[in-house]
Amino acid sequence: MSAVIDLAHVDTRTKATRSESVWLAAAKRFRSDRVGMVSLVIVALFLLLVLAAALGLVGKNWQAETGVPNAPPTFLGPAPPSETLALAAPTGPNADISAVDPLAPRYQEWAEAAKKYQTTASVKADTLPFGGDRLGRDVLAKAVKGAQVSILVGVAAALLATLIGTVLGALSGFFGGKVGDFLEWVYNVFTAIPGILLIFAFAAVFGRGIGSVVLILGLAGWTGIYRLIRAEFIKHAVRDYVRSAEAIGAGNVSRMFRHILPNVSHVVLVQLSIYVVGFIKSEVILSYLGLGVGVDQVSWGTMLAEAQSELILGFWWQLAAATILMAVFVTAFSLMTDALRDALDPKLRGLE
Amino acid sequence: MTAYLIRRIWQMVPTMFGVVLLVFLLFKGFGGDPAEILAGQNASQAQVDAIRQQLGLNEPLWTQFGIFLKQIVTFDWGRSWATNESVAHLFSTRLPATLTVMVPILILDSLLAIPFALGVAYVRGSLTDRSIMVATTVALSISFLVYVIVGQYVFAFQLGLFPVQGWSDHLSTNLARYAPLPVMLAVAVSLAPQTRLYRSFFLDEIGHDYVRTARAKGLTESTIMLKHVMRNALIPILTNVAVGLPGIFVGSFLIEVFFSIPGLGREVLLAVNRSDYPVIQAFAIYIAAITMVVNLATDVLYKIVDPRVVLK
Repeated sequence: MSAVIDLAHVDTRTKATRSESVWLAAAKRFRSDRVGMVSLVIVALFLLLVLAAALGLVGKNWQAETGVPNAPPTFLGPAPPSETLALAAPTGPNADISAVDPLAPRYQEWAEAAKKYQTTASVKADTLPFGGDRLGRDVLAKAVKGAQVSILVGVAAALLATLIGTVLGALSGFFGGKVGDFLEWVYNVFTAIPGILLIFAFAAVFGRGIGSVVLILGLAGWTGIYRLIRAEFIKHAVRDYVRSAEAIGAGNVSRMFRHILPNVSHVVLVQLSIYVVGFIKSEVILSYLGLGVGVDQVSWGTMLAEAQSELILGFWWQLAAATILMAVFVTAFSLMTDALRDALDPKLRGLE
Repeated sequence: MTAYLIRRIWQMVPTMFGVVLLVFLLFKGFGGDPAEILAGQNASQAQVDAIRQQLGLNEPLWTQFGIFLKQIVTFDWGRSWATNESVAHLFSTRLPATLTVMVPILILDSLLAIPFALGVAYVRGSLTDRSIMVATTVALSISFLVYVIVGQYVFAFQLGLFPVQGWSDHLSTNLARYAPLPVMLAVAVSLAPQTRLYRSFFLDEIGHDYVRTARAKGLTESTIMLKHVMRNALIPILTNVAVGLPGIFVGSFLIEVFFSIPGLGREVLLAVNRSDYPVIQAFAIYIAAITMVVNLATDVLYKIVDPRVVLK
């Protein structure tokens, strides 16, 4: 008796493995792609960094002015003291002008009020690990905190765009008819306005802040995935497995999202990661233009905006820090996306 | 052909209506109260009410939509809220600067990217090809901002080859003096993605049977590439150029901001920063209309380039 139960148990388990074989095969293909694996590791490291920054483990004190203004990186050594021509302090006794000074009666009062406060002169470092900005804030801490904001905004906006695009694409492809026509009309309207103008129009009404950027990019960017998902749903809606599901009483929602969606999820995943790269770049540009994250936050875009005026004075480190971090992450993420696409959908190989 | 054109133009009507509706509802539903923006911070309630009355904001929503439609059809957008300049005047004075920069960019871009991509596609799979592909991937991952910041710093500020920024009233001075650096930087930046894209178009064609046949009958490689592959690959390239065409009216707003070029892109950005709604609305709607017309023109152009295309 127990043997029979065991056998049945083993049987269902092998069945379960078999149904996952698409993903297993994709994982196998992905593992054999060396470039893909290396970039996956780099992306994972960045995500750990983002997590650490979000939990306050690193880059928490990015606003602390720890160094002298525009402190150079440690490996360059401290900046040479600038020669300032100071006027020689006048010698001789101070002239007594208290008779004509209208503020004179209150000096005593103010001196006492000032005693209530303590000022501590903090020691400012001459050099910082990767230099300091205009206010002497650590550039490295800023870049790490900026990475957190830029990457989180990119990922959140990509998730929003994917969610909108997938749901609308599923509705349009599955139902067709009136619903499909209506959604096609909405799609045409959104694509008729050039992307950047759409983003500007949304930015004009939503204002700035992290939430607004996510909303702007998500609402302006959903059309790409909508098109793909719609085409997939049109194809799948009439397939035998969906008809069988209908025959055993699966409702519309169940057929759309429990039966068809898992079969097109590779399209969703690939498109999602393409979106992440694009939206991080867009966030950087929006923040640079002052339409992005708020003034009390830092992102790679706001760092670049500050770096522009610093560069003219010869302080290149903020520009370098933001550029290098962003370039490494975006390159790794794009290569990972390419590998993911090749692994999940070999038909798409070589397409841009 | 005529029937096709009429049908296509007829199909534009609902889309255009949707664009107008979207812009109207977006600003009505989410934007701030126009009367309060216009009146400024020190206005009294009576002043705000007067402006509301003047703009027709107390009318029901559908009457306001009617006013909006009338403005679009009559090209009468009134005046910019920020500068009191009429919107029509704003367009006509900012457009030349944008075109002065964008037309050379578009031409140079295509002229350089096509031979470049053809060359890379010709040596496909080789070390040169692969290293160019890696280089373009890395080049693409650096923000456009960095290229312009560094380019402006090195070529204009350090080397002094170009003015850092500026603009004049004369087309020739602009083209010779102020436009070269922005154009050069924009072309350099867009070369990487264009080369990648056009390379894939060429590679698609190279895989076809007619190329093998051409080789088999003894044509030289250069004839095959330039006469056969090139002509076929021009169709997707044409699509790509056409997709970018409406962009020349928007202008590369970043270029315009960096180099203080008084063009349309910079104007829209200023309008966004000033909550200057009429300018943004007018812009979104007219550019959408231009985009649709350009798309139609491209489809007609296909017919001329490729006689196999049947317009349905």
